[in-house]
Amino acid sequence: MTFEYAPAPESRAIVDIAPSYGLFIDGEFVEAADGKVFKTISPATEEVLSEVAQAGEADVDRAVRAARKAFEKWSALPGAERAKYLFRIARIIQERARELAVLETLDNGKPIRETRDADLPLVAAHFFYYAGWADKLDHAGFGPSPRPLGVAGQVIPWNFPLLMLAWKIAPALATGNTVVLKPAETTPLSALFFADICRQAGLPKGVVNILPGYGDAGAAVVAHPDVNKVAFTGSTAVGKEIARTVAGTSKKLTLELGGKGANIVFDDAPIDQAVEGIVGGIFFNQGQVCCAGSRLLVQESIQDELLDSLKRRLSTLRLGDPLDKNTDIGAINSAEQLARITALADQGEAEGAERWSPACELPSSGYWFAPTLFTNVTQAHTVARDEIFGPVLSVLTFRTPDEAVAKANNTPYGLSAGIWTEKGSRILAVANKLRAGVVWSNTFNKFDPTSPFGGYKESGFGREGGRHGLEAYLDV
Amino acid sequence: MSDRLSVFKTYKLYVGGKFPRSESGRVYEVTDSKGNWLANAPQSSRKDARDAVVAARKAFGAWSGATAYNRGQILYRVAEMLEGRRDQFAREVADAEGLSKSKAAAVVDATIDRWVWYAGWTDKIAQVVGGGNPVAGPYFNLSSPEPTGVVAVVAPQDSSFLGLVSVVAPVIATGNTAVVIASEKSPLPALSLGEVLATSDLPGGVVNVLSGRTAEIAAPLAAHQDVNAIDLAGADDVLAKELEVAAADNLKRVLRPQPVDYTETPGIDRLTAFLETKTVWHPTGSLGASGSSY
Repeated sequence: MTFEYAPAPESRAIVDIAPSYGLFIDGEFVEAADGKVFKTISPATEEVLSEVAQAGEADVDRAVRAARKAFEKWSALPGAERAKYLFRIARIIQERARELAVLETLDNGKPIRETRDADLPLVAAHFFYYAGWADKLDHAGFGPSPRPLGVAGQVIPWNFPLLMLAWKIAPALATGNTVVLKPAETTPLSALFFADICRQAGLPKGVVNILPGYGDAGAAVVAHPDVNKVAFTGSTAVGKEIARTVAGTSKKLTLELGGKGANIVFDDAPIDQAVEGIVGGIFFNQGQVCCAGSRLLVQESIQDELLDSLKRRLSTLRLGDPLDKNTDIGAINSAEQLARITALADQGEAEGAERWSPACELPSSGYWFAPTLFTNVTQAHTVARDEIFGPVLSVLTFRTPDEAVAKANNTPYGLSAGIWTEKGSRILAVANKLRAGVVWSNTFNKFDPTSPFGGYKESGFGREGGRHGLEAYLDV
Repeated sequence: MSDRLSVFKTYKLYVGGKFPRSESGRVYEVTDSKGNWLANAPQSSRKDARDAVVAARKAFGAWSGATAYNRGQILYRVAEMLEGRRDQFAREVADAEGLSKSKAAAVVDATIDRWVWYAGWTDKIAQVVGGGNPVAGPYFNLSSPEPTGVVAVVAPQDSSFLGLVSVVAPVIATGNTAVVIASEKSPLPALSLGEVLATSDLPGGVVNVLSGRTAEIAAPLAAHQDVNAIDLAGADDVLAKELEVAAADNLKRVLRPQPVDYTETPGIDRLTAFLETKTVWHPTGSLGASGSSY
């Protein structure tokens, strides 16, 4: 029997979206120099939410100059004073969490359950965590009185718009840098609301500048000669391009790029928990997560049992209105991303992998993709190699721990991995051998501001979070 | 009594624990600071560079998997062997860098002490840069440093021995394996270091020493898909930029050239430059919603 759920929509009345927004430069909302604007839409309904100024090269230059000017005073502030600004920001985020969660869900398409329970608490926590570092940098292990770098140019993706902003801005400000941040073109709104939080917190003008725009604006931020530090989260292809751009300069660079995380389930794993972990690992945020567990490696002897459980569990996932509190799977962020996921999944089928989705009705408007499972996948299949960045799980099998490790490491990426087994020595041995920056054992997709995050190999370099995250913004 | 005719030494590369000549069969003249002929050094080819990467990759698993204590013991053994060849290196450094006997001896002493310094770091760096993270949840969460893999090292051009050791020792102390391009003008101390390493319990392939034209050898290393990081210490600005661009292809970790006084005790930057941070999470107690517990 199936349960019927009554709709449980979160009210969108709490958030007041203006018909248009400017760029946030030197503490003011301003129009783009060339007057360009673009529309941001709700991916769940294709409704136009607002019109946003589109930054170009001239705007980047203006913002960098504002940040440079602000740097002198901001970096000279006693750490304890900078800390208080960050604590204020953290508190205001907590106060406005509901508003921001609804806004993020509208602009991004992810379920309110996730923005409310995962994104926003983590956003506030990041500001709290790095606030406390601002007056303790001498004790962070980078030698006495480490210095900030200057102007940080930061380019962030659309999958966790406000959380990625927090990961970038909190450590930058705590260490005394000023910021020019470009949010993604499909999700500019929460960053613009953050500008208002900076205003409420009384943050000095020019310390944070927000430039909504497209890839060209991001490229201009990266290439600007007066930017001292570049931080980027996004695709590996763009990350390589950025690494080429900053080559031969003195700009410090950190990159958080793609992944093809292996989630390894051994025959003695707690099956129910593993199934929950697999679901969270690949269907959290519609799989639009760089550290998603997109390759399931199952020990051959439990493959049937595990897949039965997994399919049963997938059949209970609820896809639909992201603002409904009972929704598990929201909308894909953009038409472009949906096309990419669709093409890769079709390719998986064409290459002979077996495709399965639960019975699942997709809404008639907006961008949707049903949770999808591929079995009979080999390492040569595209769906086992390429990052899909969508709710698509590829299932491979193995017989021995060595084979599991070899398969898990058989990718140019090295961001995340999962291990499911009741045997402690096996967890530690396998975790040791995996070439990945984050290893979740008997859990998956856990984040915390105190915990360093970042990749090996082509998943990028540098770490965000924790004491390690300070290094990217200090002259060390 | 007639003057004894000295025996010349044929300098060779050090790759995979063996001493090959360059596969290209080429050599180039190495002279002292006054232009007097010292030896013919092997002029490595792209193929030598690739062979060295293969050797370094092969050695990586065992070297990175060795205990930090064991790596420290072996590094210290290198210092012991260097001490025994103090006079030889003083002569070579004096010739290479045009230093007086006493100054060259001081450089060699500083170099041996540098090995000892790094030997002591192998089993301490993890405690300095790793540790437990107090996450807000019922999880055990530990970050530890791990070697990044095969590191290509463009050794400093002017400091043929102290500079060389200052860039090679931190790479292998942390468990990486290295392909080192010796100073183009003064490669002999580096090639002799290979002989020391070969007799110091250091497994073959952990350090591979190439001599020749820096730009010619560095280019294939920077572009090599199985090299994980590159130290550009001895590259000039133009070459460094070119190598950094090539390194972007597989997102190698890049340590840019920087002004360094090799006589100063180094910080830990060169150790951490070639380390990754791995963070492992595990639940403590409750295993989640279904209620299973410890």
